[in-house]
This record gives sequence, structure tokens and C-alpha cells, in this order.
Amino acid sequence: MAIQTPSLELGAPLVQATAAAAGRGYWKSVARRLRRDPVTVICAAVLLLLVASALAAPWLGLADPYKTSMLRRLYPLGSPNHILGTDELGRDMLARLIYGGRLSLFMGVTPVVCALLIGGLLGITAGFVGGRTNMAIMRVMDVFYAFPSVLLAISLSGAMGAGTENTLLSLTLVFIPPVCRVSESVTTQVRGFDFVDAARASGASALTIVRVHVLGNVLGPILVYATSLISVAIILAAGLSFLGLGVKPPEPEWGLMLNTLRQAIYVNPVLAALPGVMIFITSICFNMMSDGLRAAMDVKA
Amino acid sequence: MSDLLQVRDLHVTFKTPDRTVHAVNGVSFDLKRGETLGILGESGSGKSVTLRSILRLHPEHRTRWSGSIRMEGDEVLDMGSRALGDLRGRRVAMIFQEPATAFDPVFTVGHQIAETIRRHTGKSESDAWKRAKELLELVRIPSPAQRLKAYPFEMSGGMRQRAMIALALSCNPSLLLADEPTTALDATVQIQVLLLIRELQREFDLGVIFVTHDIGVAVEVSDRIGVMYAGKIVELAPVEKMVDAPQHPYSRGLLASTVHDGMRGQRLEAIPGAPPDLAEVPTGCSFAPRCKFVRPDCTTAPPNLRATGDSHLVRCVLAETAVAA
Amino acid sequence: MDTMIPVDRGGPAQPLLLASGLRKHFPVGGGLLGRGRKVVRAVDDLTLSVAKGETLGVVGESGCGKSTVARLLIRLIKPDRGTMVLDGDPVDEPHGITVNELRRQVQMVFQDSYASLNPRLTIAETLAFAPKAHGLPAAQARERVRDLLSKVGLDPNNYAERYPHELSGGQRQRVNIARALALRPRLVILDEAVSALDKSVEAQVLNMLVDLKSELGLTYLFISHDLNVVQYLSDRVLVMYLGKIVELGPVEAIYGNPQHPYTRALLSARPSMDPRKRTKEAPIQGDPPNPIDPPSGCRFRTRCPFAEEVCAKLEPALAETGRQAVACHMSVAGSGHSKAVAA
Repeated sequence: MAIQTPSLELGAPLVQATAAAAGRGYWKSVARRLRRDPVTVICAAVLLLLVASALAAPWLGLADPYKTSMLRRLYPLGSPNHILGTDELGRDMLARLIYGGRLSLFMGVTPVVCALLIGGLLGITAGFVGGRTNMAIMRVMDVFYAFPSVLLAISLSGAMGAGTENTLLSLTLVFIPPVCRVSESVTTQVRGFDFVDAARASGASALTIVRVHVLGNVLGPILVYATSLISVAIILAAGLSFLGLGVKPPEPEWGLMLNTLRQAIYVNPVLAALPGVMIFITSICFNMMSDGLRAAMDVKA
Repeated sequence: MSDLLQVRDLHVTFKTPDRTVHAVNGVSFDLKRGETLGILGESGSGKSVTLRSILRLHPEHRTRWSGSIRMEGDEVLDMGSRALGDLRGRRVAMIFQEPATAFDPVFTVGHQIAETIRRHTGKSESDAWKRAKELLELVRIPSPAQRLKAYPFEMSGGMRQRAMIALALSCNPSLLLADEPTTALDATVQIQVLLLIRELQREFDLGVIFVTHDIGVAVEVSDRIGVMYAGKIVELAPVEKMVDAPQHPYSRGLLASTVHDGMRGQRLEAIPGAPPDLAEVPTGCSFAPRCKFVRPDCTTAPPNLRATGDSHLVRCVLAETAVAA
Repeated sequence: MDTMIPVDRGGPAQPLLLASGLRKHFPVGGGLLGRGRKVVRAVDDLTLSVAKGETLGVVGESGCGKSTVARLLIRLIKPDRGTMVLDGDPVDEPHGITVNELRRQVQMVFQDSYASLNPRLTIAETLAFAPKAHGLPAAQARERVRDLLSKVGLDPNNYAERYPHELSGGQRQRVNIARALALRPRLVILDEAVSALDKSVEAQVLNMLVDLKSELGLTYLFISHDLNVVQYLSDRVLVMYLGKIVELGPVEAIYGNPQHPYTRALLSARPSMDPRKRTKEAPIQGDPPNPIDPPSGCRFRTRCPFAEEVCAKLEPALAETGRQAVACHMSVAGSGHSKAVAA
């Protein structure tokens, strides 16, 4: 799965964008358009449900996700007491899928947030300062870009050893370059607008200009991009776990579950596919939501 | 009955999920062969939309046309895609403000002109190139043989505009539509292009509709001038009459507020306010809110276009009194 | 007491702004390490002075460097060479004033009213930005915003909390002018400030600029490609061609008795407003050349009907002739041009 840089029209609609919008304020008009987009609303609701159930897992009265049983192995879906069946060690699948969401979502969101902070800072700096600073930062990023993201994540995790922390670290490193590149290009665009020149001409400091005039205009597009990265992060994290480079058993995590259940694929294929289904639903929801956000923020459409 | 183009009660509305825009609200005019009609208006007056409607260039799914546009007797609004394809480029040609949009940056100018000629006339490759060279000579591009091999970005702005005129004339159209073709050009280049259009119009006996926001430009090229405001023609008159004795308060205001020689130190006569929102259909005269001669009956019903003299039409309830005055 | 009002220091005779030998060349493309690069000679050795209280008009076609001049004067771009003196104080020099102090006294209005307003800020936030950045307390900044809006003819109660997209082009440009006045500058640079407006709105804004100038005692540098508007507003006019001044003088002299062939061409290229006296022939042919490789000698010679050998060899200096200064060999006695008076 490659990390795609979005087509960089992100910044272009900024100015004309708002022209057509009626009503007060930019974000309110974005919210209004989002409400009218059922797909985005449904995706957001599904994600909210996943996150809420993962957070509230201990209080949902679920079976113990770690409790194995040699007798109840690979129960099919719809078995009494085990609605979604049991895995190859007889653990309750429903509980493991919901508990697994905790780690999987955490592994999806955390590296993106970290990359957003570091890559965003670097990118905005490069875009706003320009010149040699830009050159230095962006060429370093290009070096990282030269490696396919999956290979980079695998080699970093492989070098540092398996484990949750190392997975997070390697994923963060993988995501910094794309976030940085997007941040740099939207910032460069915003910097080219006359209102930034007008602010410079008023003698305000660079920091004030970035805070008042640049951040408000670049955060939106960067956040939209970051949302689409979460699904990539979840899939990469799952992939690393599947290869044994991520989370270690017996922790419930969707990628790891997929790995351990693969031996059961001939016995109970539906069961084996369940963690994959979760990964699929989550990542597609994040992707659709990111698309919806982008559409809502582009008022020209 | 020798009208080249006949536009009757043209209405154009655009629908977006957010709102409906009434861009053109009942435009009627005729154009003869060999005549230049200047359409003068400010942004949002509907002048460009009127022009583009003649070729039905707006996206079909969002645009609603009504009324009638007859090109040499054929109804444009009823045309199928094949007839429309023949109309565009062969019978009617159009030139734009930004020539960069008319040319594909990855092909040479000569290739694009020759390609257009071949598509519309079925000429052989070498004949088409020969014709392309003649056309570049016609629009007075120096060393045309070389320029045929140039890419659009290698030409200066004025040269590109000339090349676009050559492209427009490649299939001997009878009607040329010009949408602010000189607005983006420098002053010394603008006048060259205006003179070229005027010359070619005479040479080929073209009908020309020239849309502009610049009164000076309209006066240079037009035989008649139509002034548009809020999607309607508010005044239509021969150019001399329009300049000497404009009758609609908007035309008068527009002429008075245009800065020219000898106004230094005087206060400019500005029209207060801003053009109306085209999302609403006005009940009365669209200009009434900005008009200093406004009367109660201006706001009750939209005024009709009436003749106040020889081929002079004005859409104002005060028109007759203005003539007497 | 308001510390933000700069005081007149040198008296009325001292130029408000004096720029000498300003030069800016922009490198374009090619040459990874800066070798073998071409440069756009946007502004070349430009010297000008702006007197207190006057309006200096700057005209020229695209690529003549007029917008670069604006950005150089307010130091949005750093000049390669040249010095600036603001009312006796050298700018950005050891004993002079800083660039920030220059910007407090010199402000600028941009052409594009959309792009020059931040779409995410309300009008009040935009107008309060500069005063706040200079340390004005919030309450006073709010008062200043109301005052500025009324000055440019917008009702503060109605417009302060609006966003740029809720305004028309003319109203947005009024806001841009208000922002330029927010720091109470002495010199306002208007870079094509009315060019994008419709004619009927342009007239409103021009009237307002005239009023503001006398009310606030401002000095204008008015840059435009529209010769009519420049004539209407300016006391003195500066004509530029490919980064150089070709003619400079009082408005009556430039328009009434233009000396440089380019000025004459520019003036007669204006469309006639009389259908009975239409332009018969274009005054000059061709487009302005590319500023990357300007012609040698006189930069106008490639389009000049009077060009001779000397024009290619020698660059004409700006020399006083009668009421104006002209950079043309024909106006200099003994220059070697056949139309020049013998020395």
C-alpha cells in the first residue's frame, strides 16, 4: 500500500473557495455542507462507534479476550455465548475484535498525530521561510521518500526489533515525509497570497504572521490529508504485526489476529477473515471521511 | 431578412445545489453580416454568458436556456451534438481573453491550426499546413513559417492572441464571437489587436459580437453598442448615439464615471451601490436601487425595451421624456 | 497621545521618500548552483523622489517593473543595490531607521482584493492585525477599526464582523485601503488598486482616495497601467519601460507634451472615445521584449520608429528637457542621433 500525496489543489481553492459560500464564517459553512453529505456522516458514526466500543471495552460485559480454552476452539459464527465464534485458542472473537480495536486504532492514530506535529512543523517552516531552509528540509525528506513506505516501515521495525513502541516509532518516521511535503506545499501557496505580503508590510513578526494568517489557512488541508493517512497507518501496523514485527501475542490486535487465524482459513474461512473485515471497515471509513472533508472544504464544487 | 444571427428573449439560468443564478433575463438582438455589435457591461452583467450561449458552451446539466437563438435561420437551442459541432469552430468562431486556454500547451501552434482545418474541411495534411501559414500571415505574425513550429508558451501575449484569431478564422466562419480578447493585453498591443479585428471583419465580411467592459474599446470596434445590466440589455444604439446621447441612466452613469482626458480635479460622477444579486428575480427595474431618477412605477414592473428613435432602444420608463429633453 | 503618528521632520521641502540607484534582478531557472543563470532585470538603477503631499503616478506595461518598484519601496523585496531615505532618515543603515519603521510610515494597497484579504478572518480582525502587532491594546484597536471603516465609507456596525467573501469587490478594496491606513502611514503605495474594479465602482473608490488624501494629509505613489486614471489622480508621472524610467515630469507636461517616443506611443494607443475619430494606425508594432534579455543601449529601440545606430550602442541617461526629464538620445544635444540638436 503506497502512501499517496494528494493532488495539490488543496491550497488553491482557499481564496476563491469562500467567495461563494453564504452564511457566517468558513467553518460553519463547512459544517453545513458536511451535514448534507450522508456518506461522510455515516462513516463518522461508524468510526465513533468503533472508538467508543474500544474505549469502553472493559465495561461492556465481554468475555475475557485472553482466556484460552482447548475445548472451544474455532467455534463458528453464531455459537451460543460466542456470537462471533472463537479463535484457534478458543478465545472469544467478539471480545478480541473489540479489544483489538484499542491497539489497532491507537497504532493508527498515534503515529499520524506524531508525524503531523513533526512533519507539519517542518513543512510549514520550510514553506514559510523558503530559500535554503526549504531546500535543506525538503531534500532530507526526499531521501526518505526514495524508499517505498512499506519497506521502510519493515526495515525500521526489523532493525529496532518487534514491539508496540518500535512499531509506533517506525510508522511515525514513515509518515513524517509525506505530511511534511503536503504542509510545505500548502504553506508555499498561502505564503504567495497578497494578504501575507500585506501582513509583512505591516511590520508584524514572522511568528505572528504564521499564527494569524498561515495556520488558519493551512491546518484544514493538512488535517484532511492526515485523516487519510490514519487508514494507511492501521493497515501498515496490521501488516507489521502480521509479519511478526509489530505487536507480540497474546495481545489482541487485528493484524496479529489475522496472522494467527490464517491456519484456520480452511476450517472456518469466515472467522479467519473477520479481523480483515474490521481493518477494511475502519480504513475505508477514514478514507471516505477524508474525502468528504476535502469536498466540504472546497466550496467551489 | 438578411440577419446572420437572431437572438430572441434569451434566458439563461444556472443551478447549483446552493442556489439558482438568473444570469441572462430576456436578451434580444439581431446581427447582420459585416456588422460589429459591442456588448458593454460590468462583471456579472451577463454579457459573457450571452455570448457563450450562442455556442451553448455552458455545461448542459447545470444550465437552462429558453428563448431562441437563430444562426442563419437554424435554432441553436434545438441543435443536436453533430449540428452543434459543426456550428462551433466552423460557422461560428470564438476568441477568448486568455489565449493560453485556447491552445494546448503540448502541441505547436501550427499543428493545432492545421488539425482544426483538417477536422472541419477534410483537407490533406500539407494543404492544411499551407493554409495555416497563410492564416498566420493574415494576422500579421512576422516570419509565419517559423512561428508555425513554435509552442504557445514561446509566443508573447500579443502574438498568441493573433494566433488565436488565426485559429478562429481557419474555417471561414461567418460569425466571430470575441470575449474580452484584448483585456489582458498591454495598451500598445491592445490597439494593434483591435485594429486587426476591425480589418479582418471588413475583409471577410464577418459578423462580430465583441464583449467588453471597456467603453473605449467598444467605441473603437463597434457599429452598434448594447449596454447590459443584471442580465438585460438596457440600451442598444448605434455607437455615435450611444456616445453622444446615452439615454438609460445606467449608460449615462457608466459614461460619466469613466475617467478620461480633462477630468483632472473634477469629482467623478460615481454610480452609488453595487450590482444586484442575480439569485433573485427583481419585480421592477434592476437598476432602480442605484438610479437617481427612480420613480414609484420603476419598482412595480420591469420596464420594456422601447424605441426612442431610429434604431435606438432603451429599457427605461423615463426614455421618452429623456428624448424630449 | 498616540505614539503611532509619525511626525514630519524635514519640513515640506524635503522629499518624503528618496530612492536612488535601486536595482533588482531576479534569477530565473537553470544553473543548479547559480552558475550560468539568466536574470530578469526587473528594475535597473531607478532613482526617484516623492515629495510630501503629492501623488506620483507610475505607468508602464506589464513587465516594466512597476510592481517590483512598489515592493522594493516597502521592502517586501530587498534591493540588490541602492539606498532609500525616508524624510531624511536612511533606511536599513547604521544611523538610519529600520525596515520596520519604514513600514510603519509606508503602506501598500494590492490589486487583487480577494487575495489580499485573509478569508478566515473577519474584517475587524484583518484591520486590527497591524495595530495589535505594533502593541496597540485591544480596546483601542477596536476603536481604530471602527474609525477606519467609517473613513472608507463602510458602516462599522454592519461590516466589522463580516468575512471577505460576504463583500463585493469594491467593498473589499475599501477594506484593503482601510488596512493600509491602519498604522497611520504617510505614504501609501497603490499598486493597481482600482484596476480590477468595475468602472462605476472605480469612480467611487477614486473619489474616496482623493478625499482621504486631503483629510489625512497623505502622499500617494499610484501605480497603474490605466493612463486615464493616472492622469486623473497624479501630480507628477513616471513612465517606465523594461525596468527603466523613460520619462518623468509634471502630469501636464507628460500628457500635454510627451517627449519620449514610448510615452507618445503609450498615449496614442489609448482607445478613442469618439467613434468619428477612431484610431487609424497602431502607434508602435510588436510586444514589449522579454525583460530577461533587454536590448542593448536604449531598451526601447527595438520598437522605436526613430531608432538609429547610437541607440543600440549607448544607453540614454535621464536628462532634463524643459519641464520633464527624458531618457532619449533625441532629446540630448550632441548625442549623435540625427534628430538631436547638434552640440
